Amino acid sequence: MSDKRKMINVFIMGEANEVPVGSTIIMAFEYAGYQLKKGIGCREGFCGACATIYREKGDYKLKGGLACQTVVTEGMSISQIPFVPAEKPIYNMDEITPDINTIKELFPTVFRCVSCNTCTKACPQDIQVMDYIQALKKGNIAEAADLSFDCIRCGLCALRCPAEIVQYNAATLAQRLYGKYLAKKSPELIKRIKEIEDGKYDKGIKELKEMNKKNLTKKYYSREIKL
Amino acid sequence: MKIPYYPGCTLKSTAKHFEDSAIESAKKLGIEFVELPRWNCCGVVASLADDDIMHHLAPVRNMIRVLEMNRDGLVKNEKRLLTLCSMCYSTLKRSNQRVNELIDDLDVLNDFMYKEEVNYDGSVKIVHFLEILKEMGFDKIKESVTKSLENLNVAAYYGCKLLRPKEIGIDNSEVPIIFEDFISAISAKPVDWRNKSKCCGSFLTVDNKDVVVELGYSILTNAQKSGADIIVTTCPLCAYNLDNRQKNIKEKYPEFKEIPVVYFTQLMALAFGLSKEVTGFDGNYIDPVKLLKSKNIKV
Amino acid sequence: MIKRVKIKSSNRDFLKKVETLSGEDITVCDRCGVCTGSCPLTIEMEISPSNIMKMVQLGQEDVMDYNSMWVCSTCNYCTARCPRGLDVSKVTEALRQIKLRQSFDKIDIDKIPKEELRELPQIALIGAFRRLTS
Repeated sequence: MSDKRKMINVFIMGEANEVPVGSTIIMAFEYAGYQLKKGIGCREGFCGACATIYREKGDYKLKGGLACQTVVTEGMSISQIPFVPAEKPIYNMDEITPDINTIKELFPTVFRCVSCNTCTKACPQDIQVMDYIQALKKGNIAEAADLSFDCIRCGLCALRCPAEIVQYNAATLAQRLYGKYLAKKSPELIKRIKEIEDGKYDKGIKELKEMNKKNLTKKYYSREIKL
Repeated sequence: MKIPYYPGCTLKSTAKHFEDSAIESAKKLGIEFVELPRWNCCGVVASLADDDIMHHLAPVRNMIRVLEMNRDGLVKNEKRLLTLCSMCYSTLKRSNQRVNELIDDLDVLNDFMYKEEVNYDGSVKIVHFLEILKEMGFDKIKESVTKSLENLNVAAYYGCKLLRPKEIGIDNSEVPIIFEDFISAISAKPVDWRNKSKCCGSFLTVDNKDVVVELGYSILTNAQKSGADIIVTTCPLCAYNLDNRQKNIKEKYPEFKEIPVVYFTQLMALAFGLSKEVTGFDGNYIDPVKLLKSKNIKV
Repeated sequence: MIKRVKIKSSNRDFLKKVETLSGEDITVCDRCGVCTGSCPLTIEMEISPSNIMKMVQLGQEDVMDYNSMWVCSTCNYCTARCPRGLDVSKVTEALRQIKLRQSFDKIDIDKIPKEELRELPQIALIGAFRRLTS
């Protein structure tokens, strides 16, 4: 019994290759004989390393996607973008304020946005990128942090932006400002940190460090798990 | 009356007192501002190159939101979009006029914005708050005045965007009266002065402070010489150039005497007897409260 | 300052380019000077609006060497008063676009001092970036 797999043609950086139906772009690359050293990571759609641009047969639109998540179609033309060059401003979280003045100082390019929405169209995570940049333009840090939450920093938005904004770096700043200054504080966390600093757990940790492997294993498997 | 309202970025941050005083004053007149959902920055300056289509995306997208508001029942049969900032007014209106004239460009824009659920059909009308107030009748405003501003001499600063180009002006570009009628309606005394629509320098304030200082000095001293106690404006950029930049004017012209610059809705809120939080005079750079107190007007 | 010019086809091409970009019929300008009289920014301009129109009519590309087109705030006083109905602010925009579209930036965003970025309202930054950067 022969294991005849259905094959389709895809163009990897201009070269035609026959790959199995149902392959993701990464699988197609590897089937065609490429060994990927950059532009590959978790293979799970989470790390953002495999940003790829492609066109489907008969469609003029240039699409962006993650190579590990996008399934190939007949006649697809593919190219990877293993690295997106972008500078980050250096800032000290303790010295900046969660308001529009910080955005103006650290990311003045945000104010070049022409609301063309190309970033949103390029995003493989279905994030409303233009909307969070607009939120930053209005000084709404919390909204920007919320809308950009799913960003995996693949870089496709920054690459296609006509105003040369690096959206994901601005999103990172918004998320950090939100977490440090605007989000609700956890009283339990503050209490626990104080307990640690007061040395409540020092004795217990010292004991564990000095235990031998046999006793440690016993203690591990007999622990009580509170849910 | 419920009307779609376009704030513009600055009204949500440094010019929040402009927005707050406007919304509350409008409520007193029975007008409810319904903020445009998912609005985006209009772009500040109108696109002037004939072949430019991209810079019309931002204004047209906002007009699509107006159509969506009507579709979703947030407003009923109301295709007018109200703006407070005269800069936004000008940019949105000019774009609207252009896409109505050049239908092919509108097709290109709609096609480019294929992710939007609604196509723009050119049916939205951009209006400035002063136009709505005039349409309502300035007498109606007189009726809502509870605090008299009769001792206050107010110079109306139209700036360039409300009156020019003539196709979008809210009044005659050489002898406008709408802003003065408004000032009379809120019981203050309008001042007639020459530089009421002389440009403040606009965006040149970023890179060319000196020319803005010269223009500001010329505008403000003319207002003072014409007897003004206070100046009202309708644009956060004009407010910055005429208000905040007074410190730079004073550096160059030490004999210059400061004069408060406020948004017209702040005076309206004051005349309607609204609270300190609403009139928001602590948001202005040159303190207006001192002047108002000297005119026996309680804030 | 008197300058003698010989009109070549390259000058005609430049005039055509500016006319197309601005959508204005520049040859209709009779250089009456009303635009210059109305313009509040002439205090800063190296050549007046009327002279800009004259140089463009003669297809002189070095009109773009002067600072005038960069200090036009597009306030439209000229537009409202031109007896021929011309929009001079569109002409200055056409000149700016010719320069900007060659990837030229009049202001360098990286060089704006941080304190100024913090103090200026967004509306000023957005407007300046639109008109003066590519």
